[in-house]
Amino acid sequence: MSNKSLGVIKPETFSYKEEFLLESGKSLKRFDLIYETYGQLSEDGNNAILICHALSGNHHAAGFSKDDDKKPGWWNELIGPDKAFDTNKFFIVSLNNLGGCHGSTGPSSIDPETNNKFGKDFPLVTVKDWINSQNILREHLQIERWHSVAGGSLGGMQALQWAIDYPEKIKKAIVIAAAPKLSAQNIAFNEVARQAIVTDPNFEKGTHHPKRGLGLARMLGHITYLSEEVMKEKFDRDLKKDKIEYGYGIEFEVESYLRYQADNFSDKFDAHTYLLMTKALDYFDPSKYFEGDLVSTFKNTNSKFLVVSFSSDWRFSPKRSKEIVNSLIAAKKSVSYVNIDSYQGHDGFLFPDDRYVETIKTFLSSDV
Amino acid sequence: MFNIIKEWIPEGSHVLDLGCGDGTVLANLKKELNVNGIGVDFEEKNIQLSLAKGLNVIEQDIDLGLENFENKSFDVVLMSESFQTLKKPEIALNEIIRIGNESIVSIPNFANLRCRIQLFITGKMPISSALPHDWHSTPNLHLCSLKDFEELCSKSDITIIEKKLIKSSGETTFLTRSFPNLFAEIAVYKIYKKS
Repeated sequence: MSNKSLGVIKPETFSYKEEFLLESGKSLKRFDLIYETYGQLSEDGNNAILICHALSGNHHAAGFSKDDDKKPGWWNELIGPDKAFDTNKFFIVSLNNLGGCHGSTGPSSIDPETNNKFGKDFPLVTVKDWINSQNILREHLQIERWHSVAGGSLGGMQALQWAIDYPEKIKKAIVIAAAPKLSAQNIAFNEVARQAIVTDPNFEKGTHHPKRGLGLARMLGHITYLSEEVMKEKFDRDLKKDKIEYGYGIEFEVESYLRYQADNFSDKFDAHTYLLMTKALDYFDPSKYFEGDLVSTFKNTNSKFLVVSFSSDWRFSPKRSKEIVNSLIAAKKSVSYVNIDSYQGHDGFLFPDDRYVETIKTFLSSDV
Repeated sequence: MFNIIKEWIPEGSHVLDLGCGDGTVLANLKKELNVNGIGVDFEEKNIQLSLAKGLNVIEQDIDLGLENFENKSFDVVLMSESFQTLKKPEIALNEIIRIGNESIVSIPNFANLRCRIQLFITGKMPISSALPHDWHSTPNLHLCSLKDFEELCSKSDITIIEKKLIKSSGETTFLTRSFPNLFAEIAVYKIYKKS
């Protein structure tokens, strides 16, 4: 396993100054996308990989933002010299999606028409809209065709959508811990998260940050990212103090951890972005343009696919990945599938398991 | 053996290799016949080796079923020397037939003379180049003779279009042709079923 780091990375911002039509029929007058790049674009321009982030992710996938940064980017374990996405070989682009809250145009940006924050008036964007905006970024970066597009969870769904919408612009798609669309259970979890936010009195007033609601949403989300096994390993039934107190304070370690996660997250994240991202997840269903048939959805794809699932993931279980795989097989497409034995749950995609890393490395370097 | 398989597979066909191992056969078919293929295997190491050859490989346990492959969705389904390792070979055989327009199955012949002699003289499970494992560490669960396999095919209304009977070196001799169940070490069958 490589421990080399990319060091301090400075993000860049691309401004698109034309009107951008959204899947919903609404449009944005203009938009900014903040992104980072790692590694060097080769002379023939054939080594560019796009990394797509998940629900609460951002452009800062690897390296450090500043010298004294304690935590590196969210996929630092997988992106870097000699890592799964090897920056000695590949030029990697990672952006914050439209609707995000880390520098790309989103609900927390200023609406040029009102000079106020967009807030709840920011139009809902979909995975398809993201791919269209990422394609504009691709043109700006003068990348003719992505060597690969990769992502986990909602990021994996973007890799799928890329292969469907721009078949000639993506050579390989790495679809990790994803699903072809959300199940009712998935949507239900998202709806509880949204209700936690929108029923927060601060949100209703529209003036203050709904810290409590956003924190609750994060707590719920976080539980679905972990397996029962990993929670047992991390916390089991351990108590904060040596005995139970028959009260409603924080008693179990797991409670303390969740509250810490909630506080930490809700200080940094925008509630409207969270709402919007969960909606983008719920709406994701590329087959809806193909009468619900996933096999026909993949008919025009031209990429080589790698689908990866994690054995203990129950949010988007291996079964969901196999739906993608089986439809690709039925559509006679190039597809490989690997189910990584893991106890980390959905979050497994963030950690550098040996087999997982080797699989990605091998897939990226093999011929098409 | 590869040469036999190669002759039976049309150029550019869509091939499913069940139990593809390290992907050698599929990679050669891809190189020589430009087949577009998918391998299926369950061993991590095999999957990794197949990926490294640039192949499409699906992690899947054949014993847990092949329902995910549609009827007649491949020109050829290949099962090279893994039939005898399956828990439910009869079910798998019918699945192979269902998925492929044609299927190629190869098996080691347990009724080969050498096996018979070893068992008879030493009273121990035979070991040969076609069956190289000790009884306690063999992946083979359902060893059979050619007669046994052919009986299973006929019971399932499966037609044997062609068969090649060879020694494990790959050669065919007068004896393997004349007394296959006694002298052939490996049998390769091309089979199909009228729908």
